Amino acid sequence: MADQATASSVAGFDAVRAPASEAWGPRPRRALSRRNIIIYGTLTVVALYYLLPLYVMIVTSLKGMPEIRMGNIFSPPMEITFEPWVKAWATACTGLNCEGLSRGFWNSVRITVPSVIISILIASVNGYALANWRFRGADIFFTILIVGAFIPYQVMIYPIVIILREMGLYGTLTGLVMVHTIFGMPILTLLFRNYFASVPEELFKAARVDGAGFWAIYFKIMLPMSLPIFVVAVILQITGIWNDFLFGVVYTKPDVYPMTVQLNNIVNSVQGVKEYNVNMAATLLTGLVPLIVYFISGKLFVRGIAAGAVKG
Amino acid sequence: MSSVIVRDVSLNFGAVEVLRSLNLDVAEGEFIVLLGPSGCGKSTLLNCIAGLLDVSQGQIFIKGKNVTWEEPKDRGIGMVFQSYALYPQMTVEGNLSFGLKNAGLPRDEIAKRVARASEILQIQPLLQRKPAALSGGQRQRVAIGRALVRDVDVFLFDEPLSNLDAKLRSELRVEIKRLHQKLANTMIYVTHDQIEALTLADRIAVMKGGVIQQLDGPQAIYNRPVNRFVAGFIGSPGMNFLEGQVSRDGAPGFLVGDLRIPLDRYEFSVANAAGAASLGIRPEHVALDEAGAAMPFSLETVVEIVEPMGSDTLVWTTLGGHNFTFRAPSERTLRLRERVTIGFDPARASLFDAGTDMRL
Amino acid sequence: MADTRNGRPSQVFRNINSKVASIPMVLTASVVFVGGTIWTVVHSFTNSKLLPRLNFVGLDQYERLWGANKWLISIENLFIYGVFSLIFSLVIGFVLAALLDQKIRFEDTFRTIFLYPFALSFIVTGLVWQWILNPDFGVQAVVRGLGWESFAFDPLYDQDIVIYGILIAGLWQGTGLVMCLMLAGLRGIDEDIWKASRVDGIPMWKTYLFIVIPMMRPVFVTTLVIIASGIVRVYDLVVAQTSGGPGIASEVPAKYVYDAMFLSQNLGQGFAASTMMLVTVLIVIVPWAYLEFGRRRHRG
Repeated sequence: MADQATASSVAGFDAVRAPASEAWGPRPRRALSRRNIIIYGTLTVVALYYLLPLYVMIVTSLKGMPEIRMGNIFSPPMEITFEPWVKAWATACTGLNCEGLSRGFWNSVRITVPSVIISILIASVNGYALANWRFRGADIFFTILIVGAFIPYQVMIYPIVIILREMGLYGTLTGLVMVHTIFGMPILTLLFRNYFASVPEELFKAARVDGAGFWAIYFKIMLPMSLPIFVVAVILQITGIWNDFLFGVVYTKPDVYPMTVQLNNIVNSVQGVKEYNVNMAATLLTGLVPLIVYFISGKLFVRGIAAGAVKG
Repeated sequence: MSSVIVRDVSLNFGAVEVLRSLNLDVAEGEFIVLLGPSGCGKSTLLNCIAGLLDVSQGQIFIKGKNVTWEEPKDRGIGMVFQSYALYPQMTVEGNLSFGLKNAGLPRDEIAKRVARASEILQIQPLLQRKPAALSGGQRQRVAIGRALVRDVDVFLFDEPLSNLDAKLRSELRVEIKRLHQKLANTMIYVTHDQIEALTLADRIAVMKGGVIQQLDGPQAIYNRPVNRFVAGFIGSPGMNFLEGQVSRDGAPGFLVGDLRIPLDRYEFSVANAAGAASLGIRPEHVALDEAGAAMPFSLETVVEIVEPMGSDTLVWTTLGGHNFTFRAPSERTLRLRERVTIGFDPARASLFDAGTDMRL
Repeated sequence: MADTRNGRPSQVFRNINSKVASIPMVLTASVVFVGGTIWTVVHSFTNSKLLPRLNFVGLDQYERLWGANKWLISIENLFIYGVFSLIFSLVIGFVLAALLDQKIRFEDTFRTIFLYPFALSFIVTGLVWQWILNPDFGVQAVVRGLGWESFAFDPLYDQDIVIYGILIAGLWQGTGLVMCLMLAGLRGIDEDIWKASRVDGIPMWKTYLFIVIPMMRPVFVTTLVIIASGIVRVYDLVVAQTSGGPGIASEVPAKYVYDAMFLSQNLGQGFAASTMMLVTVLIVIVPWAYLEFGRRRHRG
């Protein structure tokens, strides 16, 4: 018996040709099997296609203009220079001023941080109320909220302009923060509601028996155990708000333009020679914040999307 | 002639040894049950026999053919899963015929096989329904039917009744036994439920930690368990265990607390065994009152807890410092703190070495 | 305190905390979403120019809208972009998900690579692809430099195919999300189904086609709805990549609305156009919602 085993394991190296009666142990698998080639090959090719733009962005932003004019966007820089980056940040021209992206960056920060905080606070309380303290009519409003998430923003843009103008907030950062909060509510409320609904009811009932009320339960019980969902919500909102363009361009004046709007102005405002390297540096800078959030958060990001996508 | 042979099969997942050098010979037409707690490797072994998992070492033969490298479809097996795994978007008829159509069988042959299977399993009226419209028991029958139409010699069952409620479980259990009697195919059946094992099997392979602890008929497993694990696993309520010493001054005896249980009638597997050991005796082998007093070993004890179960009563007491249970007929009313005589025949007991847990 | 979980009707002052806390949601839902939408739709029947006026002119705006070349081109572009987006992102997304589901190594790495474009703004995406498709320095130039002198690939300057250039960029950004959703759906398939089909001898492609995909219908529907609602809104991408050009060849409805409202001082047109966008969305959403929730009520 042992001899047969040894003989088979020696034959195992080209076991594909050994007769079936000698079969022993695991099925012989060539690392380069057809299946593996198809799978890994396809995935690698597609991955390259996906990575290409990032590569081009980086490479272009590190070249000097003469090198770019020579021609190949895919070739790595012969001489690395960070000048385009400096220019993009500090001195690029947007058609109205030449102060680079830095102002846009800080505007975006000043827009994103309050929007994220406020929208998440409101939506989490809303979600908690919907999950645990339903009252008559609550479901109707919630449905409207969700349906509202599908309505194209264009339909609601102008009424909001009017409202903001009446409140004196049109064109200010505060106004934009309000807009982001409003439009962030549907998905976030859904997210939180689903999460709090999945908390075992016994926990809630025990707290009620202990005499705790609405806010007490929220702060002492629900908040502490919902850190994961808060992280997901933060990721979703940071990405969504930072990357927004439409609201930025409608509800702000030039001195409070977010980074995305400034970026578009820098690149697409036709003024003489196009400095492609500066453009790419600017593009990269704008995409940097959400990209970093994405790479750090990894799996949580995926969960956030899946949660946002699952309706009802 | 052996129907299925498992030879020196081992399976490692990374560093974890899930199956260790297993050997199993299943005779033709035999109903063999792989029994054990979760994680013992029984489902893994079944999947290896089916060809769904690669073995790390060893070989598998089905009907004399070495199938170690064959795909499941070429092994001459049919399989029934715990979750039925019926194709949800197809009708029952579709489920039964999909595999056959794919194999290119002619239409009348497929129709013939589907008719035969649905007749045996009594699912003819369900043929046009979809799985979602079937009850649990019906779904399981369709799952069995899907294996039946493959016209194979060996059926593999992976905990098929675990998803059903208790009543359905006992009904379908009988049906499976009837099926085996009618078809006489080889059947390999995985379960963690010892009742299923005892009632269905020709032989049971009790498994733990990737090793077959005992391979025997149900009676042998019940009466002469080969180690303490098997003894404790089979039987409900479980076997009583008394920790003590086997002494050999004079006649052999078992000392526990201040009791001495004579072992002269006990059939030792290990000659001249002595020392620390456990004595196991099943609650159902203990007799009461006159029958108890007539036993080779009897004593008076105090009733502590009474659990009436309808068919009989489970009584708890203390023996030699250990919890001890025995069964009493339901007509015999027992009161708390009543003194009652119980006794048993040590020949029906099982002795296990305290260190190795093996049968003495 | 009474049982609040079963939703029994309560008087106004019961559950006051919850109601107060829900004021933002209630306000938003009613004022902004419902109120705003109705306001816009109503005003689409007026002849507002620079400022909104309640001067009703019937279907005048709509007639003008459907007579405007710019609008017709936007609708056509949206249609092409929408159909191809749907088909390609579903197919590519599913195929990628199926490949990733094969228990391969580096699954996390691949997923990270396929999904990172989703984290970028449409502006960033549009600008990057504008650069890549640049005829003087981008793909066309590179291929020509390799020897194929007559290779022509500058969709962004060709009126007939510019929308496809935008499509490439849009797919690059959005397919990762579809892949994630498909992968989640695939992972929800009972493993025993795969085993059963393997024992039955069904080849893998047939298992996907006839068993797995039908089982994933809800996931496909959800994904379809999500993609569709995103397509109608395509705006940033066009602004960044082509600014609607060359000429007006890559106009899209969302851009038409913005341009009318804020650049050409023609609010009435903007309202009419956005109402049309709403109608389009409703055509997709309402049947889906009816099927989804109607069926659930039927089963419940």
